[in-house]
Amino acid sequence: MTFPPQRPGRLQKAPEFFLTRDAMTLSRDDRRSFLRKAFLAAGGAAGALALLKGAFAADVGEGDPAILNLPAHTKGLGQPVAARPYGLPSKHEENLQRRESPGLTRVGAASVSFAPLQGFFGIITPSGLHFERHHQGWWDIDPAQHRFMINGLVKQAKVYTMDDLMRMPSISRMHFIECGANTGMEWGNVAVPTVQYTHGMLSCCEFTGVPLKWLLDDCGADFKKGKFVLAEGADGSSMTRTINMANVLDDVMVAYGMNGEMLRPENGYPLRLVVPGVQGVSWVKYLRRIEVGDQPYATKDETIHYVDLMPDGQHRQYTSIQEVKSVITSPSGGQVLIDKGYFNVTGIAWSGRGKIRKVDVSVDGGKNWRTARLETPVLDKCLTRFNIDWTWDGGDAILMSRATDSTGHVQPSITELRKVRGTKSIYHNNSIQSWLVSANGEVSNVQVG
Amino acid sequence: MFRWVNRLLVRAYVDTQMNAPLSPRGRGAGERGRLTLRRPIPLSLTLPHRGGGNTRLLQAALVSALAFASAHADSPQLAKLGRPATPAEVKAWDIDVRPDFTGLPPGAGTVARGQEVWESRCENCHGAFGESNEVFTPIVGGTTAEDVKTGHVASLRSDTVPQRTTLMKVSELSVLWDYINRAMPWNQPKSLTTDDVYAVVAYILNMGGVVPSDYVLSDKNMQATQNRLPNRNGKTREHGLWEQGAKPDVQGSSCMTNCAPKVTVTSHLPDYARNAHGDIALQNRTLGGVRGAETLEPAPQTFVALAARNRGAAAATGGASDPMKMAQAHACLACHGIGNKIVGPALLDVHKKYAAQRPTDAIRLLTVRIKSGGSGAWGSTAMPPQDHVPDAEIRAIAEWIAAGKFQ
Repeated sequence: MTFPPQRPGRLQKAPEFFLTRDAMTLSRDDRRSFLRKAFLAAGGAAGALALLKGAFAADVGEGDPAILNLPAHTKGLGQPVAARPYGLPSKHEENLQRRESPGLTRVGAASVSFAPLQGFFGIITPSGLHFERHHQGWWDIDPAQHRFMINGLVKQAKVYTMDDLMRMPSISRMHFIECGANTGMEWGNVAVPTVQYTHGMLSCCEFTGVPLKWLLDDCGADFKKGKFVLAEGADGSSMTRTINMANVLDDVMVAYGMNGEMLRPENGYPLRLVVPGVQGVSWVKYLRRIEVGDQPYATKDETIHYVDLMPDGQHRQYTSIQEVKSVITSPSGGQVLIDKGYFNVTGIAWSGRGKIRKVDVSVDGGKNWRTARLETPVLDKCLTRFNIDWTWDGGDAILMSRATDSTGHVQPSITELRKVRGTKSIYHNNSIQSWLVSANGEVSNVQVG
Repeated sequence: MFRWVNRLLVRAYVDTQMNAPLSPRGRGAGERGRLTLRRPIPLSLTLPHRGGGNTRLLQAALVSALAFASAHADSPQLAKLGRPATPAEVKAWDIDVRPDFTGLPPGAGTVARGQEVWESRCENCHGAFGESNEVFTPIVGGTTAEDVKTGHVASLRSDTVPQRTTLMKVSELSVLWDYINRAMPWNQPKSLTTDDVYAVVAYILNMGGVVPSDYVLSDKNMQATQNRLPNRNGKTREHGLWEQGAKPDVQGSSCMTNCAPKVTVTSHLPDYARNAHGDIALQNRTLGGVRGAETLEPAPQTFVALAARNRGAAAATGGASDPMKMAQAHACLACHGIGNKIVGPALLDVHKKYAAQRPTDAIRLLTVRIKSGGSGAWGSTAMPPQDHVPDAEIRAIAEWIAAGKFQ
């Protein structure tokens, strides 16, 4: 590995959005505290040695106090049932939260919060940690007042209440949802520190609802002429996106359920579109209307945003499919390995074109690759969890993962992607992510060439 | 008998609903999208054999079951759910305007009127000239008179304009009308009159040098105006990310060994951005093989096995789960009395100072304070950093102080 003069990443805007005033003052005081610490460290070398010795099992003396001294929870009475009628995570898990990337947007109601992928297990995103993207703020809509309309090229335009939709036969499917701009900050260079910010506009849930196809049949849609549908939300921006009829016939759902309960308000309660394999902006929240049409609609998010700029100055329009992609979630950027030795390298892979067939992992920056274990289930247009063994010897390492989907599409490197699409695309960066493990045990976000 | 037939009916229904894959793979193109039954309904085979008894009833049940099944072979029978939409309802919601201007209501607006509306309703967020980058990305800028002729915005091919504006990107005039009508102003969407939407679109185009200042935009000249949009020819659908089954444009390598002769790090986060996303230590779980890096501190020069540190220190405090004992073991109480100031402030006073904050914020802030030390908040005497104390114990002490229950 060589480390020539590097192109540093773009500095993000000041952390005012994120840190409290006190915390910022603390960070400015770093220099003083650092000096003080250096002094303490120098004086405490002998103590540190003794401390290190404590690591060995033989040095626990009579035994681990955590075993020998019975704790309060073993010697007392615990909480009653339904003390918290809607359960909450342990207070010890508070670190894992949805977070904004400081400086990325200027107003919270047109912003994004990223899911903490670094702490997730398996493939299901807890409902409260599902990433958020709002264009004009979120609402908690009264479901009794919500209506869903189908019109356009149909024999009979119809209106459905939530009662109507929830009385129908339902289906449940597990799918990933990824924002088209996920990893978009990294097209030119490294810009953010952790997998939460590089890949956290990604979630995966079980959705329950009604296939849109059934409803279009019910209205007598003209599938010959009607090659597109427009989906429209009930929020202030009345978000609109065009969906290909081929997707509708395949697997598009009108969903009210998510992970066994109703959708969360931040995710479109009481009704959202689920468009498997397609970028999140098409999964219109607070869904109020579907119009069947014979042309695409060139909506705001198909004309001004969510268009991918190519090196020749042309924008790709209607880019929708989220292509094969994977990322190692742990160890990942911003983490520190607590010891040398064995690590389970774990991550997720997904493709908007089908199932994941294979994930390869490299620990030497892409020179050599080994095939990881895929955990079940491996589902269509759904996250797949992968794991592989690795022993950290204390030296530099670069961890990468590379997915192949059921169509044979292999996840490209950032170099391969830039060769075709340049660096200004913003959207649809599905390149291989690299994490540098340094000798100090810290893992950081890097790009390799 | 009734129960048995009912069960069969239910079974047939369940078969049509549950076993019909929404998208069975490997179907012929002609069948695309059809919800086909995986198994035929077994009614006609099983009923005569096992039935007997009341033949008329059985026949009636059979006929209705088969009719039910055939009606559901494509989609479930939903006709009784939902109701026809009235013309007024469709009119109220069907507000979209397509690129061919289908859906555009008649009306007209002048540039001058547009400026009035702009100054009262739009300028606060978008700037006097639509150039502001303060709240949203700029609307106007980056286009030239030459672009109006070619329909390609030349600056998109260079790095001359740092940020793409709306007028640099927009290729369909319909969307300016549609989006302003449906979503603007941001905090009062759908409050502009039809004529004022025309007027605002006219004013934006005038600011971008697309139409003159005496222009009147109306449903009659939208197409002619479309033909002047600077980036009207700037979009392509020639790519693999739209149509299902389209070929991807970038294929990765499947190489497994000796794939790269030399690995070079080409980009990394600069040191000065280490804390730009806050303290990553507080954004990671405190269990398992990894922790979050303490990004409010400089990166450590050498590796320190946290595993050893945590285990060793836990033993040093006797593994006390009681925060009071931890505070004693780590000598917090040497400088802080519970109710009295010693060198540092009383813990009760610290508790009161943070009581106004949300508990989660207070705990986080106290954790940073304990770990990193600092001065100024309670006078000039500095508190040294206590980062030799294991994270879990710092956390417990912070929670203890935030809770304020010291007895």
